[in-house]
Amino acid sequence: MSNLTRRGLLKSGAVMGAGLAAPTFFTNMAHAYTNAPTGSSVTLGFNVPQTGPYADEGADELRAYELAVEHLNGGGDGGMMNTFSSKALKGNGILGKKVEFVTGDTQTKSDAARASAKSMIEKDGAVMITGGSSSGVAIAVQGLCQEAGVIFMAGLTHSNDTTGKDKKANGFRHFFNGYMSGAALAPVLEARYGNDRNAYHLTADYTWGWTQQESIQQATEGKGWNTVNNVLTPLATTDFSSYVAPVLNSGADVLVLNHYGGNMINSLTSAVQFGLRDKVVNNKNFEIVVPLYSRLMARGAGENVKGIFGSTNWHWSLTDDGTKAFVKSFGEKYGFPPSQAAHTTYVQTLLYADACERSGTFNPCGVAEALEGFKFDGMGNGPTEYRAEDHQCFKDVLVVKGKENPTSEFDVLEVVEVTPRAQVEYPVDHPMFAGGDLGKCNPGA
Amino acid sequence: MDAIFLQILNGLDKGSAYALIALGLTLIFGTLGVVNFAHGALFMIGSFCAVTLSKILTLSTVTLDPTKTDFLGNPLKVKTPYVVEWFGESTGNAMIDWSVPLAILFAIPVMLLLGWVMERGLIKHFYKRPHADQILVTFGLAIVIQEIVKATYGANPIPTPAPDQFVGSYNVGALIGLDASYPYWRMIYFGFSVTIIAAVFSFLKFTTFGMVVRAGMADRETVGMLGINIDKRFTIMFGVAAAVAGLAGVMYTPINSPNYHQGMDFLVLSFVVVVVGGMGSLPGAVLAGFLLGTLESFASMNEVKGFFEALYLPSIDQIIIYLVAIIILLTRPRGLLGRAGVMEE
Repeated sequence: MSNLTRRGLLKSGAVMGAGLAAPTFFTNMAHAYTNAPTGSSVTLGFNVPQTGPYADEGADELRAYELAVEHLNGGGDGGMMNTFSSKALKGNGILGKKVEFVTGDTQTKSDAARASAKSMIEKDGAVMITGGSSSGVAIAVQGLCQEAGVIFMAGLTHSNDTTGKDKKANGFRHFFNGYMSGAALAPVLEARYGNDRNAYHLTADYTWGWTQQESIQQATEGKGWNTVNNVLTPLATTDFSSYVAPVLNSGADVLVLNHYGGNMINSLTSAVQFGLRDKVVNNKNFEIVVPLYSRLMARGAGENVKGIFGSTNWHWSLTDDGTKAFVKSFGEKYGFPPSQAAHTTYVQTLLYADACERSGTFNPCGVAEALEGFKFDGMGNGPTEYRAEDHQCFKDVLVVKGKENPTSEFDVLEVVEVTPRAQVEYPVDHPMFAGGDLGKCNPGA
Repeated sequence: MDAIFLQILNGLDKGSAYALIALGLTLIFGTLGVVNFAHGALFMIGSFCAVTLSKILTLSTVTLDPTKTDFLGNPLKVKTPYVVEWFGESTGNAMIDWSVPLAILFAIPVMLLLGWVMERGLIKHFYKRPHADQILVTFGLAIVIQEIVKATYGANPIPTPAPDQFVGSYNVGALIGLDASYPYWRMIYFGFSVTIIAAVFSFLKFTTFGMVVRAGMADRETVGMLGINIDKRFTIMFGVAAAVAGLAGVMYTPINSPNYHQGMDFLVLSFVVVVVGGMGSLPGAVLAGFLLGTLESFASMNEVKGFFEALYLPSIDQIIIYLVAIIILLTRPRGLLGRAGVMEE
């Protein structure tokens, strides 16, 4: 104790402080943000379900990512880069650096998705992570990217929570959400089926199912419909017969299937097998609604989707220049038209690259600033805006119907209505999206 | 009452699938003493036999129709199935429409052969190994089969509908004064399952081959000492068990579109069925299959779920089978119809 003097303590403290601060200072000088590219290339991380029930969606997303990278590096015909309203992309990579990519397998499981994203960030040096096909996965990976200090460009994720209570400053979603599906679908359903209807919901028991069901219920009840029941079904369910059978005697005349992927294919098949579509209840024809449609799903359900209404983010049959350019690029490369999952992931990759070019940096905070409030066109959805307050894209939404007389195996959905953006827009503090905090951009490092 | 009647039908239908898979599992365990975790994969392969036959029957010639265009604006490729070209439109289209029932004929030799190859090529090397080794190797085999199917057919379910004549439902409840429509194909599945189960029992009961197999199941060494090649017969029984699982899978395709992981979906439940029925007991497997299928259906009724939620037991439909299994095994450790000495050494 006798050796410890005030002066000695101050000196030791100063030396220790300098010692601890110096590496951080130099590190920050060298890398002001996580995985700042130092060579002639930049690495992007594509985190998609390569195994598990959404593997086909994941495969289509991966095709779109590879096409986007090809276009960014100056290959192919340029696709939607030619129709994109921003002209910052020049086909020489991003900020002059060649775009390379690594892939991860989410397995449609949150823990596996986080592990693969972490590996891509820490081992492969990915400066941006993108992917999806499940809202549970997207929310988990978005949280990880926020902590790690990289940008997350969400792929197919439709839960209100992704840009609602679980929104993050480093996360951006181009895909639409459950609220928008409800707002777009309800008027069409009212026009076709009237406003005196009793709806029975079967809902996938996780974040996406809950928020979509809430959205559809609120939107349809706003049109005068009554909700008879909402039954939660476990994700692992394959035989829905015991959930469908009670619908027959419930007094309901509409069945809403808040299911996606394999769940939707199986529940719809069960509903059709039980003859629901041939029944007359309350003197009305019984109807089935699938609020979130995908072409891959519709194709999987086969004949059963004919005449069934739903909503979608984008469809290859649109006739705008952006869609035509993308469908041509994708179709010529792979031999079939892209799905909505492929579209949103392709667009997200280009939007990220464009934001880097416009901000002149890969720094997540610079990129986020460039994306916030960004208005663009020519990407297949008409005029679109990335709202700054919640990082959700606002654009038109498509109401679709299973096609009665398809002309090919890809021609399974027809666009019934393009619902304008104004009809699906909501305030940032809407109760269905409340409870979260965007927080501040994290550059990491 | 209508709802209860429907859930009884549902339960019998689900139970049919459980019973058929459990029957095969028990046959293999009773004859070869092997716990076969690849049995769910055999059910899945059966489903994909139907998918494969459907794809074969729809193999087509391609001609260009210059009057129509595809999604890229190129002349539309029009596909005409070979069977339509060869047999005419009505016969060709009928063959395609009836691809699932026809797949029974396709699946039987395929599954018998596959069962023989599995037994001779892999499983026979594990007869004298601990059950843990058998479980590991067969589970590994199931994963390999699953991944091969996924790589070949993709991950999404593949719709394989029933013939047009059997699409829709019939008000079977009207026969007893109720209003309860039930799908035609599910009723056919139940009838098919009962027929297969009866055929297997008859084969074992009334044929010399079956009598030897039953004797071998009871006392393998003594039968061997009588100069009978019991191993060969047991290998054939493995093939029969594989065929039973495969046929269960073929006929299940219109109920649930085949996908690569459906074998795993059924595997665990089928093992519970075998244990509840009593290891090695064929009637036990069938009885437990129908019993647990029916209980599972009832547990998913809204009224039943609500009742158990009030007792702080949510999601009873997910745990009912395991709950009942625990109760049965606590009260009857050998299962419903289990014999003394099986898996007890």
